[in-house]
Amino acid sequence: MSDKKRSFFDELLECFVGSENRNTSMPTRKSSTFDDYTMAEIRRAAETGIYDIRGGGAKRPLPHFDDLLVLGASISRYPLEGYRERCDTNVVLGNRFAKNPVELDIPITIAGMSFGALSGPAKEALGRGATMAGTSTTTGDGGMTEEERRHSNKLVYQYLPSRYGMNPDDLRNCDAIEIVVGQGAKPGGGGMLLGQKISDRVAGMRCLPTGIDQRSACRHPDWTGPDDLEIKILELREITNWEKPIFVKIGGTRPYFDTTLSVKAGADVVVLDGMQGGTAATQDVFIEHVGQPTLACIRPAVRALQDLKMHRKVQLVISGGIRNGADVAKVLALGADAVSIGTAALIAIGDNHPKWEHEYNKLGSTAGAYDSWHRGDDPAGITTQNNTLAARLDPEVAGKRLSNYLKVMTLEAQTLARACSKSHLHNLEPEDLCALTVEAAAMAGVPLAGTDWIPGSN
Amino acid sequence: MREFNLQERTLRELNELLQSQSLRFVEGEWKVLNPDGAHAIAVGLDSDLEVLIDGHVGYYCAGMNKLASVNIKGSAGPGVAENMMSGKVIVEGNVSQCAGATGHGGLLVIKGNASSRCGISMKGIDILVHGNIGHMSAFMAQAGNLIVLGDAGDSLGDSLYEAKIFIRGNVKSLGADCIEKEMRQEHIEYLEKFFLSENVKADPKEFRRFGSARKLYNFDIDNSAAY
Repeated sequence: MSDKKRSFFDELLECFVGSENRNTSMPTRKSSTFDDYTMAEIRRAAETGIYDIRGGGAKRPLPHFDDLLVLGASISRYPLEGYRERCDTNVVLGNRFAKNPVELDIPITIAGMSFGALSGPAKEALGRGATMAGTSTTTGDGGMTEEERRHSNKLVYQYLPSRYGMNPDDLRNCDAIEIVVGQGAKPGGGGMLLGQKISDRVAGMRCLPTGIDQRSACRHPDWTGPDDLEIKILELREITNWEKPIFVKIGGTRPYFDTTLSVKAGADVVVLDGMQGGTAATQDVFIEHVGQPTLACIRPAVRALQDLKMHRKVQLVISGGIRNGADVAKVLALGADAVSIGTAALIAIGDNHPKWEHEYNKLGSTAGAYDSWHRGDDPAGITTQNNTLAARLDPEVAGKRLSNYLKVMTLEAQTLARACSKSHLHNLEPEDLCALTVEAAAMAGVPLAGTDWIPGSN
Repeated sequence: MREFNLQERTLRELNELLQSQSLRFVEGEWKVLNPDGAHAIAVGLDSDLEVLIDGHVGYYCAGMNKLASVNIKGSAGPGVAENMMSGKVIVEGNVSQCAGATGHGGLLVIKGNASSRCGISMKGIDILVHGNIGHMSAFMAQAGNLIVLGDAGDSLGDSLYEAKIFIRGNVKSLGADCIEKEMRQEHIEYLEKFFLSENVKADPKEFRRFGSARKLYNFDIDNSAAY
């Protein structure tokens, strides 16, 4: 039968019969459940027999700070002159109990990233950049290096379950102690550093055999629960003469209760890391499926502090996907005292830079998507222990880049704060915000744009 | 010997006084009276002191000890001598869980029994237990020696790295990747020397040695049931 002679009935019939009779010009349709990425993951698991491990934070779309807008001043309130009237940015962290709180020029700190996960020059660059911008950097799951201490004016020393390299001399030599209970990329999970990156120096610092796949503990070895934590904090204060502020870092899962318990245990500062917070190496299933978006964590944590009458007395530092000054302003407006950046800091010093595109391609990736930070063959020389690759990063140049970036973020946040008539970034408030989506409005506790409706509020 | 009475003065004063001896030496021998189970007694010491604690102590006694000798004439709560770097801590009584946790060096002697997780994540410390140890002892232990004259509880040496475990009594069960290993001449000689220096009357030939099978050092999906 020629096409010309096909009846309407024939054409209708073709719509309902199997593929062998389907018109070849019809578009194919892929499953939205079994999409290309999902199927590739199934094949990868079947071929390799290991779950996907990667660096970075959650990649899935999530409600985030772009879903909030800042409400500038108009008739009901007046703005501040951008280049003439002050908008201060300083922050003091840890003045609840510590004799020597950490005083920073800007409310943007560098999050904990280990020597081991990062190269020596990368750690040095972070220290240099943070110092130039008047802020702090943080050690990681691997102890404190001499270079890191030397180049960081303010250095926060992490106290992790693994206790790799932990010693009382470094404890006394830091500016603050951060007890890590969890992190946003893997609340409830422990550290991971695969054999490729366990070089002799890293192994020596961690007291491990060279080349093994290191899986650190997910719980502290000598305390469990808030009552024990209170005694642990007492011990650390006693060892350090009550000089050092004690931060408690938690992953964003139950921010109200975890903040409450941290404060009750005696923390000076609570560091709260949402699920966009990065990691050097973690199972993808963990990164993408555990925790809450950073946006959703802030208000419950602030409410916990307010309920305890400790808001602004115990400082709240928020991390997980902070990218620019607008994010900083919005986080502070929601009630935090400071933010912390990790992934963004790495990007600032050269991670995923397009100039390495050819080499990313050779590794089966592309600039912007490269997340195999655990493999140790980072073309940018940042997440590696390969000396040849690490030498690609000039710590002075990279430090300057980080300093520039931190200063730009601060200027951007000040610009928005002045527009809201605020003479200090801490004067920003939820009233300065509205939300673009119902979800963001509910999570941030601010009205949906164009309405006075805050979903979930009475 | 100078005495310090914790019923009359504060914990803060005690630790500040003991820690300051490395900078402003006044007295090398100290006796702490009425500890009454207080936490964080004699923590962060970093000079060659001899501290005698006359009674029971709470959590983290002698935590992060460096160089000092601390003798507890009683029992100790969780985490005694946690993260010790060097020196010596002796407990005359029993100890609670996590004794010597993450210790990097020095010697912890427990004259009584130790509860669970004794030597958890130890990183070079030596621990001598005259009595028994509880379950999950030497969990994720990285380096150092755990020497036990009595018995060991369940899951001894789970996920062990390079620490060595010597047990004279019974072992209830071994944890993942922990195996019994041959007591070679070098191990017998090590124990002989150790027992001599610590004045312990025990025959090294009666001990069994346990260590890591090293099968979990690099991930293999076929070992997933072991985790």
